[in-house]
Amino acid sequence: MDFLNALVLILDSTIRLSVPLLLACLAGLYSERAGVFDIGLEGKMLAGAFAGAAGAAVTGSAWLGLLCGILVSVGMALVHGFASITHRGNQIVSGVAINFIAAGSTIILGQAWFQQGGRTPALGAAQRFEAIELPGAAALRDVPLIGQIYSELISGHSLLTYFAFLMVPFTWWVLYRTRFGLRLRAVGENPAAVDTAGVSVAWLRYRAVICTGILTGIAGCYLSMVQNAGFVKDMTAGKGFIALAALIFAKWKPVNAMFACLLFGFLDAASIRLQGTPIMGVRVPVQLMQALPYILTVILLAGFIGKAIPPRAGGVPYVKER
Amino acid sequence: MKRFVLGLLAATAMATSAFAEDIQPALLFDLGGKFDKSFNEAAYNGAEKFKTESGIPYVEFEVSNASQREQALRRFAEDGRNPVVMVGFSWSDALTKIADEFPETKFAIIDMVVDKPNVRSVVFKEEEGSYLAGVMAGMASKSKKVGFVGGMDIPLIRKFGCGYVGGAKAAGATDVIQNMTGDTPAAWNDPTKGGEIAKSQIDQGADVIYAAAGGTGVGVLQAAADAGKLGIGVDSNQNGLLPGKILTSMIKRVDVAVYDAFTTAKDGSFKPGINVLGLKEDGVGVAMDDNNKPLVTPEMTAAVDKAKADIIAGTIKVHDYMSDNQCPY
Repeated sequence: MDFLNALVLILDSTIRLSVPLLLACLAGLYSERAGVFDIGLEGKMLAGAFAGAAGAAVTGSAWLGLLCGILVSVGMALVHGFASITHRGNQIVSGVAINFIAAGSTIILGQAWFQQGGRTPALGAAQRFEAIELPGAAALRDVPLIGQIYSELISGHSLLTYFAFLMVPFTWWVLYRTRFGLRLRAVGENPAAVDTAGVSVAWLRYRAVICTGILTGIAGCYLSMVQNAGFVKDMTAGKGFIALAALIFAKWKPVNAMFACLLFGFLDAASIRLQGTPIMGVRVPVQLMQALPYILTVILLAGFIGKAIPPRAGGVPYVKER
Repeated sequence: MKRFVLGLLAATAMATSAFAEDIQPALLFDLGGKFDKSFNEAAYNGAEKFKTESGIPYVEFEVSNASQREQALRRFAEDGRNPVVMVGFSWSDALTKIADEFPETKFAIIDMVVDKPNVRSVVFKEEEGSYLAGVMAGMASKSKKVGFVGGMDIPLIRKFGCGYVGGAKAAGATDVIQNMTGDTPAAWNDPTKGGEIAKSQIDQGADVIYAAAGGTGVGVLQAAADAGKLGIGVDSNQNGLLPGKILTSMIKRVDVAVYDAFTTAKDGSFKPGINVLGLKEDGVGVAMDDNNKPLVTPEMTAAVDKAKADIIAGTIKVHDYMSDNQCPY
């Protein structure tokens, strides 16, 4: 029972930790499936986190904060689109630039507006997305196993968490069951064919990039308004890049992406939870526990997932032949 | 002509001596940044106090990666900045090198001992302040389980943890859950992970959590407050961050150390060597103010006062983790 309890708590922590990864990973999926590589997920998340927290602090409303976060993130996504779609610039360079701009400007603007060294003021309860109890969670709490799983694992997360996990089937449906999804995938594999069919490659790619912006904005807001209460400089701490790794790991498929992000989240959660606790009587060094997620990532990436083939037109700007 | 030259020389000599009075202090922060609400911010407050009182401006630098340290230090020394004060143990390697190159410059380092003739090293007895924080935590805890979240896993932070464990156990806590945020300097600035560690400790039964983790601590305190538990702040007085949710803060008077270094350099009484500040010297302590008043019971105040007196008198010896890298509690 004690073991089960610990497991449920680790899984609960896994869910919390994998949400920003999942949102960023799905964001990257839209963009990369359309043939626009996006290394700037990290920067857009950071900008979204800042704008979300700043918006919420100023307006006093979590929803307006979320809106700010999404708008700013979409704005940066459009810059990336403008550089790499309209002007056919190098997508990697543009993405890196986005990361730098976000890292620098959030601190400068934060300092100028709030004078707290690049932080936003601490957010109160009304300015954050609080955990919501699903109906019946309290009643079922005492039922063994199922009750515990339902009340602790499934219930008691924020709205954005449920949104993130609902985005997985939704993204799958968009990609594989709608006309937009078909064209999106086609434009990432063979934009010339899409163009021949009379569909605008640029407009399709722009729409994909906007989807990316929306999702990274929400991912950022999750960091600053759910997991934390306010923005702190560099708070994304490399999550955008881990999401990118998860995307490759998932071979650019939404359901795989969810599992990849859950795996990364689980390793992180386990390393936190197992730190300092003896496993089978052996006290595992903290350093090993902390390195474990990375070691496993390397092993899994190197040996177990097979070849990950990116969308064929990924990274290549589309030039209409004349 | 001869007289003129002599006069000129005398004038120059006077000018230089006047110049020597006019110090150009410099302050170098550690990773975590100036406004971490904790360690670095305390240093900033000390420097600001000096500036308002003396009217002498100072220059400052925030490092963003380790390779900048030596460069920044050399640059300040070359520019004739004097005294140069740096906060954080990580400066020691760079300082060991630079201190020899600029024997005329007065350096001060906080949190580390660098044995050079022109360096003042200020170290604190964090274990003593943490012991008091531990006493309060042990008394405030209902589950008799308390938590400790450290930043980067280094002996200095273990020293905080060890004193805290000692105090908490002395006050009746049965279990202290200790976690570190990471092994790299990034661990000073990861509130998300800090919050997650705090939640994990709360799930394991802890109801008072002490964060000695720089900027990461903000996340720890927030997570504790969100769960209706108590946090303990560090370095600066953090009671006001979340009023009524923070039991106390283990204050380390980094501000006093910085202020002291600047003022003694100004009046010419700057002394190199090792300064150890403990409870006796008021270098560490626990913060009591209006924000945590409702949380502190009279028994707690009495216990803290007694422990403090005992430590100063030497009847309680708080173990220093860094002396043997072990914690006996």
